[in-house]
Amino acid sequence: MPRPDSNSEAAKTVRTVTLGRFSDALLDPEQPTPAGIVGPDGKKADKRFDVYRNNVTVSLVGALAEIYPAVHRLVGDDFFRAMARTYVRSEQPKSPLLFRYGDDFADFLEGFEPAKKLVYLPDVARLERAWLDAFHAADAPPLDPAALAAIAPDELAEQRFKAHPATRVVCSRFAAVSIFSANRSGADLSGIDPAIAEDGLVTRRDFDVEVRTLPEGAAAFLQALVDGNTLGEAAEAAVAVAQKFDLAAAIGAMLEAGAFTAIATKD
Amino acid sequence: MTDIPAWKDGDTDASFTDRTIPARAGAGLKPSHVDRILQDDYRIGFLEVHAENYMGDGGAPHRALTAIRQNFPLSVHGVGLSIGSEKGLDDEHITRLKRVVDRYEPGLVSEHLAWSTHDLSYYNDLLPVPYDRKTLDRVCSHIDRVQEALGRKILLENPSTYVQFEQSSMSETEFISEIARRTGCGLLLDINNVFVSATNQKYRPLTYLSEFPLEKVEEIHLAGHATDIDDEGDALLIDAHDRPVDDEVWKLYDIVIGQMGPVPTLVEWDNDVPEWPILRREAMRADEILERRAANYLLGSRHAAAG
Repeated sequence: MPRPDSNSEAAKTVRTVTLGRFSDALLDPEQPTPAGIVGPDGKKADKRFDVYRNNVTVSLVGALAEIYPAVHRLVGDDFFRAMARTYVRSEQPKSPLLFRYGDDFADFLEGFEPAKKLVYLPDVARLERAWLDAFHAADAPPLDPAALAAIAPDELAEQRFKAHPATRVVCSRFAAVSIFSANRSGADLSGIDPAIAEDGLVTRRDFDVEVRTLPEGAAAFLQALVDGNTLGEAAEAAVAVAQKFDLAAAIGAMLEAGAFTAIATKD
Repeated sequence: MTDIPAWKDGDTDASFTDRTIPARAGAGLKPSHVDRILQDDYRIGFLEVHAENYMGDGGAPHRALTAIRQNFPLSVHGVGLSIGSEKGLDDEHITRLKRVVDRYEPGLVSEHLAWSTHDLSYYNDLLPVPYDRKTLDRVCSHIDRVQEALGRKILLENPSTYVQFEQSSMSETEFISEIARRTGCGLLLDINNVFVSATNQKYRPLTYLSEFPLEKVEEIHLAGHATDIDDEGDALLIDAHDRPVDDEVWKLYDIVIGQMGPVPTLVEWDNDVPEWPILRREAMRADEILERRAANYLLGSRHAAAG
């Protein structure tokens, strides 16, 4: 491998490129190739520099497509790539853990004018983010129903629960859970009325992430428990939003889903 | 050489046996291949993972890697340390890497001569560094820090490059040789990267290889590349990892193994990942070359000699 040409170094001032200069030009197609970035024999390197630009954009757009597969399918590949490129230019990952990328992609979608008609899209993205966070969450055995059964009935309302690391509650004004589930299982959306509000519960008992539609009031109930409130307080929060809230059914569902790992000791 | 062990001796409460990587072919591990690999009659020599994919807290990725590690030696290949970074290393990321290494007890740990993070933005690409004194000092101090934190030697991989920095004052081989000499790190020789960079920068791959400190190479990478042209119509190869290894790269590999004897050899295939049998076929082709060259290598493996 030849050494860089020392004659040309003596003949002219060497242009120094900092990595900051290099990175500024990576995501801004308006910027020229940094002066001092060259091809062999000092020739111009625009197309060569574009390889890096392309690698960065394509790989980050690809990462978003993997994190948000339902959003990808719902809008189609061309639309998704154009939309994701806009996002990538303004928001780069803040960590080399790519599966954490795009935690505000749903907020970006809320404000993305060309996708405005798909009103449910941001909530589908929120569910997909919750799904991947649950997928990578720490392992923990779910609460044994016998532990709850052992509590005296008059003490039940005072109990607090420790949330499983995978548990997420996602509330939507649209049928985001049905759309997400149908899309991920390859079913068509024809029977779904997107205007019906749905809340979803994301859990992971062992290794498979599960997503359930919650009955009215259950989201407020579970969120209150996740936030550390007592069972009694959580039931009140649920009744406040849904008068017909069924407490026994909600407790049964939370145990079945493995949303909690333990009964917390009293504070 | 160096007094930093490849892994800690006397680590008797190890949960996995068999951590030494054999001088055979290995494959980059893809989640979709895990079950096939575990059931396959062909026992691959080892598997390699990108460390960052196993930095989550739990779940299916760790279950799969644990099953693999219970059956095969493992190599951990980092893609996110950003060793060439101008603004220092991320302590938190070093800690995460250490956690992966402590948990899975790999036979080899490697990273790239590249940067990927600047001012908190992670670009998910292996970006080039200038080959000058200042960068050399910085890269060496970063490698020192990583080896100290992990308590073991790491291997540094030569990059695929598409451009040069006018400010470079050394050749890539001089730069890499000096890093290995100063830090005691080992080297990961990516022969596809040699071929890609040599074509793109207009030098002969064999010249590069003759200047490369092969005695410090502890692992080889092979992968496929894509073909493009630059502004003037000259060949511009892209390190795409999306197809079989090129015949020219196989020829160089054969020459390198003929010269240095059998070395653990990884076939990488990261994009448009095929079914396992296709990747296995590539690994078996590397195994054939390793076996043939081992038979001719009368002096025996330098690895066995070096203990």
